Amino acid sequence: MTREPSYQELAFFPGCTLATSAKENYQSLVTFCEQVGYRLSELPDWNCCGSSSAHSIHGEAALQLPARNLALAPKRGTLLVACPSCYLRLRQTQTLLLRDPELSSRFQSTWGVSPPHELEILPFLSFLSSLDLHSFFSEAGKALHGLRCAPYYGCMLARPAAMPVSRPMGQVMEKVLSRLGADSCRWGHATKCCGTFLAAAKPDIVTPRINAMMDEAVRAGAECIVTACSMCHFSLELRATRTPRIPVFHFSELLSLAAAREPQNWFKRHLVDPVPLLRSKGLLS
Amino acid sequence: MQKNSKKKYAPGRDRSEVGQPEALRLGREGGSFLEELREATRTEFRHCLQCRSCSGGCPFVEAMDLGPSKVLRLLQLGLRDQALQNSTIWICVGCHTCDGNCPMAINIPAVMDFLRQKALQRGVPVPEPDILNFHREVLSSVAKYGRTHKLEIMLRYKVRTGTWFEDLDAGIRMLAKRKLDLLPSKIQDPEAMRRIFASTEVGP
Repeated sequence: MTREPSYQELAFFPGCTLATSAKENYQSLVTFCEQVGYRLSELPDWNCCGSSSAHSIHGEAALQLPARNLALAPKRGTLLVACPSCYLRLRQTQTLLLRDPELSSRFQSTWGVSPPHELEILPFLSFLSSLDLHSFFSEAGKALHGLRCAPYYGCMLARPAAMPVSRPMGQVMEKVLSRLGADSCRWGHATKCCGTFLAAAKPDIVTPRINAMMDEAVRAGAECIVTACSMCHFSLELRATRTPRIPVFHFSELLSLAAAREPQNWFKRHLVDPVPLLRSKGLLS
Repeated sequence: MQKNSKKKYAPGRDRSEVGQPEALRLGREGGSFLEELREATRTEFRHCLQCRSCSGGCPFVEAMDLGPSKVLRLLQLGLRDQALQNSTIWICVGCHTCDGNCPMAINIPAVMDFLRQKALQRGVPVPEPDILNFHREVLSSVAKYGRTHKLEIMLRYKVRTGTWFEDLDAGIRMLAKRKLDLLPSKIQDPEAMRRIFASTEVGP
């Protein structure tokens, strides 16, 4: 695939999950972004956003952990955030700092800089839907031809309603998948919650939910589930106990597969091997 | 419907801002606690109509003792201690399905966060100790490294909860697929974490 003559640098917040248990999400995201002309530059010395645990039991950490990342972020421009949970924490903190002058001055005295009010914190799907993907689509062709997917957005991108996203992302997975020749099933769980930390702390609560979700995807005709969130990916792969378990892809993996059309070594990191499905569809040699 | 609702019931807008009448005040027990709750969460639990859209939509309501609507009811009735001691506030993961459904745009997850943290401050017995232990392990990892070290979190969680052999296959599958790094990824400025975690009463 021909590359753009030059790359545009894009500040990027990976978050703990992409940096560790979902490295395949990270790698495929970087590959795809380069294919469409962006080079991701990781926010230097970023820290954990606090995830569910900080806002659950430690209000101060829930505020200050994202705040430190905002202090390290560029003053303006765009910060791409791949993980919807990190996105939500960073964006909520930015909104809070914008609304509350007292918090804003505390931020200034703690971190020595003013809050980046003009920084656009962008979830990957919003970024994707704002791109001109013309040349990507013409190069990729129908690279995912015949793959029947259940697109799964999870809960974090659509909510809370009080914090609308700056650029719309409506059905972007369905649109892109369809341009690449894949079919998207209609199913009722696209924006349901996967259970997040309960998948680790209370599997007995999460397993029935995940199984019901996968049952519904299969009933809708899906051969795989495609996630926008690495936490959802983790819950689905780890906690599904029904047989058979269908493969679960990070959306970025399919984008990257469509762009590169070569065996992707990150597929071996999956708990449910997706390679047989891709081979049976002739999408992978 | 969208057009009409924009003016009066825009999501996230406090109804007091748009001139709605104050909700009926049903109880005064724990008055200052309830005032603090309203201030800290920037939301108005008293506006709850008990329509139960929140509990109806909650993905984990079956595992909860009360569900979000009953917790809000307890607050309306001024029954603070019961609102602090239930499994609901611990099982809630903050997915915001409830406030997305709420016709009164009450930020229910913010109320849950407040109640959980107050329950800890007051030393109220926690009906879901495993969940609390999990959060503590996550935060102690963040305090130590600046990032989460999942392997250590899971091992320490297993020690704390004494559930070594439960769920063992999940851990083995993750290790086999190299989803659990052996060594932590650390930030270069650990002092920043010490500052964040030193400054509050509810330590990890």
